[in-house]
Amino acid sequence: MELRARIPSGAIERKWEKHRFDMKLVNPANKRRYTVIVVGTGLAGGAAAASLSELGYRVKAFCFQDSPRRAHSIAAQGGINAAKNYQNDGDSIYRLFYDTVKGGDFRAREANVYRLAELSVRIIDQCVAQGVPFAREYGGLLANRSFGGAQVSRTFYARGQTGQQLLLGAYQALEKEVAKEGVTMYPRTEMLDVIVVNGRARGIVTRNMVTGAIEAHLADAVILGTGGYGNVFFLSTNAKGSNATAIWRAYRRGAAFANPCYTQIHPTCIPVNGDYQSKLTLMSESLRNDGRVWVPKRGGDGRAPNAIPEGERDYYLERKYPSFGNLSPRDIASRAAKEVCDEGRGVGPGGRGVYLDFGDAIKRLGVERIAERYGNLFEMYERITDENPYQVPMRIYPAVHYTMGGLWVDYNLMSTIPGLHVVGEANFSDHGANRLGASALMQGLADGYFIVPLTIGDYLASAKPEQIDDDHAEVRATLAAVQERTRRLTSIGGKRSASSFHRELGKIMWEYCGMARSAEGLRTALQLIPQLREEFWGDLYVPGTGEELNQELERAGRVADFLELGELMCIDALHREESCGGHFRIEHQTPDGEALRHDDQFAYVAAWEFAGDGNAPILHKEPLVFENVALATRSYK
Amino acid sequence: MNLRLHIWRQPSADRAGSFVTYEAKEISPEMSFLEMLDVVNENLVASGTEPVAFDHDCREGICGSCGMMINGVAHGPMRATAACQLHMRHFKDGDVVWIEPWRSRAFPVVKDLVVNRGAFDRIIASGGYISVNTGSPQEANTTLVPKHDADEAMDAAACIGCGACVAACPNGSASLFTAAKISHLGLLPQGQPERMRRALRMIAQMDAEGFGHCTLFGECQEACPKEISIDTIARMNRDYVRAAMTQREEKAVGGAG
Repeated sequence: MELRARIPSGAIERKWEKHRFDMKLVNPANKRRYTVIVVGTGLAGGAAAASLSELGYRVKAFCFQDSPRRAHSIAAQGGINAAKNYQNDGDSIYRLFYDTVKGGDFRAREANVYRLAELSVRIIDQCVAQGVPFAREYGGLLANRSFGGAQVSRTFYARGQTGQQLLLGAYQALEKEVAKEGVTMYPRTEMLDVIVVNGRARGIVTRNMVTGAIEAHLADAVILGTGGYGNVFFLSTNAKGSNATAIWRAYRRGAAFANPCYTQIHPTCIPVNGDYQSKLTLMSESLRNDGRVWVPKRGGDGRAPNAIPEGERDYYLERKYPSFGNLSPRDIASRAAKEVCDEGRGVGPGGRGVYLDFGDAIKRLGVERIAERYGNLFEMYERITDENPYQVPMRIYPAVHYTMGGLWVDYNLMSTIPGLHVVGEANFSDHGANRLGASALMQGLADGYFIVPLTIGDYLASAKPEQIDDDHAEVRATLAAVQERTRRLTSIGGKRSASSFHRELGKIMWEYCGMARSAEGLRTALQLIPQLREEFWGDLYVPGTGEELNQELERAGRVADFLELGELMCIDALHREESCGGHFRIEHQTPDGEALRHDDQFAYVAAWEFAGDGNAPILHKEPLVFENVALATRSYK
Repeated sequence: MNLRLHIWRQPSADRAGSFVTYEAKEISPEMSFLEMLDVVNENLVASGTEPVAFDHDCREGICGSCGMMINGVAHGPMRATAACQLHMRHFKDGDVVWIEPWRSRAFPVVKDLVVNRGAFDRIIASGGYISVNTGSPQEANTTLVPKHDADEAMDAAACIGCGACVAACPNGSASLFTAAKISHLGLLPQGQPERMRRALRMIAQMDAEGFGHCTLFGECQEACPKEISIDTIARMNRDYVRAAMTQREEKAVGGAG
């Protein structure tokens, strides 16, 4: 396997422009001869499907939900960044590029990130043209807000529903194309494998989630926009259905998986309430603009928070990081919360929580101002916990939120399987080892609207895929493999539900591959996970059959893949003997507990190649060269 | 707390369904309603029985996947709260809860509590969009949008497409859903060129799907987890009347005359 990023030559601000000219095009009249499959209809997949159809390609789009509008992009609250510099505060494409590379702890590909910053501007234009109801100032212009400790105000938002509104823009465009019959939509259809013919991705095998029918869909190119793999931890801010099956099956068919250990933990989520907890709810980062984070100085202090006097409170973020305080970046804030809870000073049931206190802000600004800023978030919190943040401090705890790792892609967003392109959170590119706030929405739409519709043309015009049909040996073999796997899951006839295995895996991953990793812990996980996997294939119980709507079967298939992915994540985390961004190894930290990178040894993308069941995966390294942003240590003191 | 649940079970679209009674034991008040159903389902699986199928995904009240009648009320008793956001502290020990899928001819049952809401996608496909291709739209701040219009458009755009409005309406009308999208796009300058056409087509599609007609009961507004207002229906009706009266013949596509 060879990793060829195919980054264009020349000055960074000219690369994408030059590449657009250098890429091959497909003649408008020829586009309708090509069929492109898009799996996943979130921001990246939905935007790609709509745009490709508008260009004239025939598109088949798939999602496992009952409608393409339900993709988890919908839940994003905060906003979308763009280098418009409307606020005249010094923003520029270059600054957004710089902030993203640095925020990624110097583990992203510069050229990809620059392109992202460049395209951010057009994304806003496209969304406004689609009728996305962004917040406006009284003069009728778009409003901005600050986000995630950035020094400029570059975030565009639609109340607390930016993800939903951007997704609806793409979804509506998609439905427009469905009406024109440019896109054929397959909802409630799950992709279970990639069909590779003569080394190229030529289609997918799917399961109809209502009838159970397993079918092959052929195409000239395939795009995966299937989101992140945070649910390997069982508890995360992801939707319940979010899964890694599409990218995992692609990995097993030859697509390299890059940096799987780069997972992002968001510091402000509502803490776990009990063993039955099914997912974690995010509280927007914007709350840390006014809330103060603290825990009691004394462990085991059982007093109600308002009864604890100032002198007995530890405002630990303000203490440890005086210049950034409560607005320390996500990875720093998350680790600090874990540390105080490990010391026995956590609050709430189970001692896994810290306070986010608005008492001072309310005294300073008044209840009304606070309600204006955070009203809907406070309501959401109260619905879940039955506690009133206007009167008692909020309880928060870090939770798995986003995955920077994903399938390796080149500058054209193509994986190591020719013809298989990957967009949005499902790919590894752009965010390095840590993603900045309000940038995921930006990346999904840049990939889907502006990059892949062009780069797919380059692939098709260069590769000119030959005609194949359902009778082809590879098609039949892949179909048979999926049918066999599905049959196997329903016929093990053991005693444990898929969910029970999922919870157990989640606990192992959180404990040993979570916020603070160690060689010893990772090795333990690497013993426990294969054992759990073996138990799964021996003791799984799935009621019902595969020939009907069967949610237990759906879960089982996804958990089976998580049981393999978890292992790869631990292997990756063990091999990366440094700390960077969301990957923290306790053996590699500065004397005051900060992440210690080893740029001389680890400034590369770790792309893993599947080498067969029972064999260790093969590591390929893509060296990262920083020509525009000087490598530096991130400091927040 | 312990509860007695009567849940609609239906093996598939073409077979008859019925209520089956389940005991939900030792339910914590901190659990969400769907977590309570998860617990019931885990017990069913443990006893070798098929669990209850229900749609859900984000569990945060934004994706619109979940939807069930809880004691006859769409999404249950709490205002502006989807079923996934409802917590068991609003119930008490000994409560009896009837759980049913959305009831509408236009939402055929697929299995148990899962229904087919494809009708909503088809209504959007008939005109719930602005015809702009991906490309080089004008700079975002070129067209001013008065803050009041933007805010009102956002109020209407908040619809999550869950179908509670249809389920709550005694006529089974999809007017609130359709009106929300018509209002959202009709309030923005970008939505003006197609405003009349949009109203005619979306309403025609809504009717073709078999939804009922609106006689302004207002139940939809009460059930809506995003508190969409029936003012949107008034706006939709105005657009529809204007469109019907000023309707122009469609010319050929693409400016060819």
